[in-house]
Amino acid sequence: MSLLELKNLHVSVDGTEILKGIDLTVNAGEVHAIMGPNGSGKSTLASVLAGREEYEVTAGEIHYADQDLLEMDAETRAREGLFLAFQYPVEIPGVSNTYFLRAALNAIRTHRGEEEIDAMDFLALVREKVKLVKLDESLLKRPVNEGFSGGEKKRNEIFHLAVLEPKLAILDETDSGLDIDALKIVADGVNSLRDPERSFVLITHYQRLLNYIVPDIVHVLIDGRIVKSGGRELALQLEDQGYEWLEVEPAQAAGA
Amino acid sequence: MTQASTDVGTFASALDAVAGLPAPELIRNLRARGRESFSTLGLPSRRQEEWRFTGLKGIEGENFEPPEAVAPRIDVTQWRVSDAHLLVFVDGIFAPDVSEIGDLPDGVVVSNLVLGATSGSEAVAQYLGSLAPLEEHPFAALNSALIADGAFIHVPAGMELDRPIQLVFVSGSEERATLSAPRVLIVAEAGSRATVIEQHFGDGASLSCPVSEIVIGEGAALDHVIAQEENLSAHHLAVRQIKLAADSSYSAQAISLGGALARTDIGVVLEGERAEASLDGLYLGDGNQQANTHLTVRHASPNCNSHQLYKGILAGRAKAVFNGRIIVDQDAQKTDAKQSNRNLLLSDNAVVNSNPQLEIFADDVRCTHGSTVGQLDEEAVFYLRSRGIGHDESIQLLTLAFAGEILERVTVVELRERLKKVVAARLAAIADSEGNE
Repeated sequence: MSLLELKNLHVSVDGTEILKGIDLTVNAGEVHAIMGPNGSGKSTLASVLAGREEYEVTAGEIHYADQDLLEMDAETRAREGLFLAFQYPVEIPGVSNTYFLRAALNAIRTHRGEEEIDAMDFLALVREKVKLVKLDESLLKRPVNEGFSGGEKKRNEIFHLAVLEPKLAILDETDSGLDIDALKIVADGVNSLRDPERSFVLITHYQRLLNYIVPDIVHVLIDGRIVKSGGRELALQLEDQGYEWLEVEPAQAAGA
Repeated sequence: MTQASTDVGTFASALDAVAGLPAPELIRNLRARGRESFSTLGLPSRRQEEWRFTGLKGIEGENFEPPEAVAPRIDVTQWRVSDAHLLVFVDGIFAPDVSEIGDLPDGVVVSNLVLGATSGSEAVAQYLGSLAPLEEHPFAALNSALIADGAFIHVPAGMELDRPIQLVFVSGSEERATLSAPRVLIVAEAGSRATVIEQHFGDGASLSCPVSEIVIGEGAALDHVIAQEENLSAHHLAVRQIKLAADSSYSAQAISLGGALARTDIGVVLEGERAEASLDGLYLGDGNQQANTHLTVRHASPNCNSHQLYKGILAGRAKAVFNGRIIVDQDAQKTDAKQSNRNLLLSDNAVVNSNPQLEIFADDVRCTHGSTVGQLDEEAVFYLRSRGIGHDESIQLLTLAFAGEILERVTVVELRERLKKVVAARLAAIADSEGNE
């Protein structure tokens, strides 16, 4: 059954249309990859799903877990199990990583009508999850992302994902700026979190990530439209041939 | 001069009442000096540069009543820092019944000024009224004119106090607008160490004009935490003057939360070589609150360091002023001075006037200063929200983190934790009122 469904989604920023009619269905447990050249609208799609307010939806619908996603603010989306791993994770001086994560987890639990997690249980949970991404425990006490290396920031995002256990995780260019070792750690972390009840949308420019996290379906986004969808082999074809062969026939592809 | 005498008129009954209170000669002399100076200076007007941004409307014309010895109207035990040597003052008058000075090492004096003066303390004779600019500053003059008593701390050479000294000043009441003149004299002799907590609480539309004079001897170190938590309709105009001898250090964290008008004028003089002063402050304003800090640090000797970090959080229609001045004398080579003022505006109607100034007469110095005024980082707010933390909670969390940089510097743990709670509660209240606008 579908967890996320986009119908004819049109999105503008400052009056410029970025997404020009996206249709996408993500079922529970599936891993989708959305690939595309720079400026194709990939990060806009991630931002709209996460609830960034500066993006204006001019037409279309988004259904998430049988609800109208566009009616929810960013925090409600998160509490309903949607997670965005940021392309550029934000530094939050003065707020420790664990304090922040516990506040987030408790907001989600309260929303579900569950009790807040106590300090000991939370510590045990954090210790278990931090191993998934081989993050140094000293980074837990530090202010969120402050002074973290690029790789540590990306791993910290996956660590948050592991603790918050979302239904739908959107990874916005999580592979960018990672060396091969860090990429493998991130991929291993994500793979260990794959679950029949959890879906992933991987947004990436390069197919490299998909060698380690094998998607069920690959979509190609060009100029605000999904011009082609296929299996994993589509990503490999893109690696060989680039995006140009698709860019010349957008009208046909969109109409197909 | 007509203007000046009219101003004294507002305070005439209080001044007369205090003048009649019995006191040691030293204090009576100080009153006379204060009164003479205040009758010349009068209340400042906005035409004076130093007072351009300070609104004194709430004071002018108010009929303030003189302080009288009464039991504290507020339960002071709630603020008690365990282990501290506690002195409590009500409207500037010593309240021995609720004070708990406790055992002190030999030679250390923690008492009231009247006792210090009557017991013939040389430190009181030498320093009381010697630092505060009572010929230039109207409220330093008014305080001196109104002085009833005060706190006197004398740490002899080489003495190290393990326990903090806590001074609690309670002023005003809901029924009457009182005028009080809290006074502090701290003399830390060579090589001594001490921590002093100074707290101000109040009720009603009172006017409190505290003056602190602090003398730090060679190689001595003094930590000073000032927490101003006056009632939101109170007026608080404080003057703090510090003098440092060679190799000494002064470290202060000033937390200003209350008062319709809260202004502090701080003067630091680094007189001896290699002296160090670090002054940190946090001011918080909401509604129509005014929070003003006027800070002058003078480097009078070579190789001294001074650092200031003042942070402000302003909401509603609050107004803040930060006037920071660093003066480096011609002889003060190898000066290292840093001043930073950072302000966070939580509403469109809050205003900050930040004015850091450097006056450098030496040529081999390192001086930096800067100020910022801005809003919360929207990207940070979105990051928190996208993890499930609500909009208002995100703002509170980020604002508290902004304040935390200063609060974390408060060395007395018990006080630090209490102040964090007080600030968090204030920020929660601000978030509610901003949300309702």
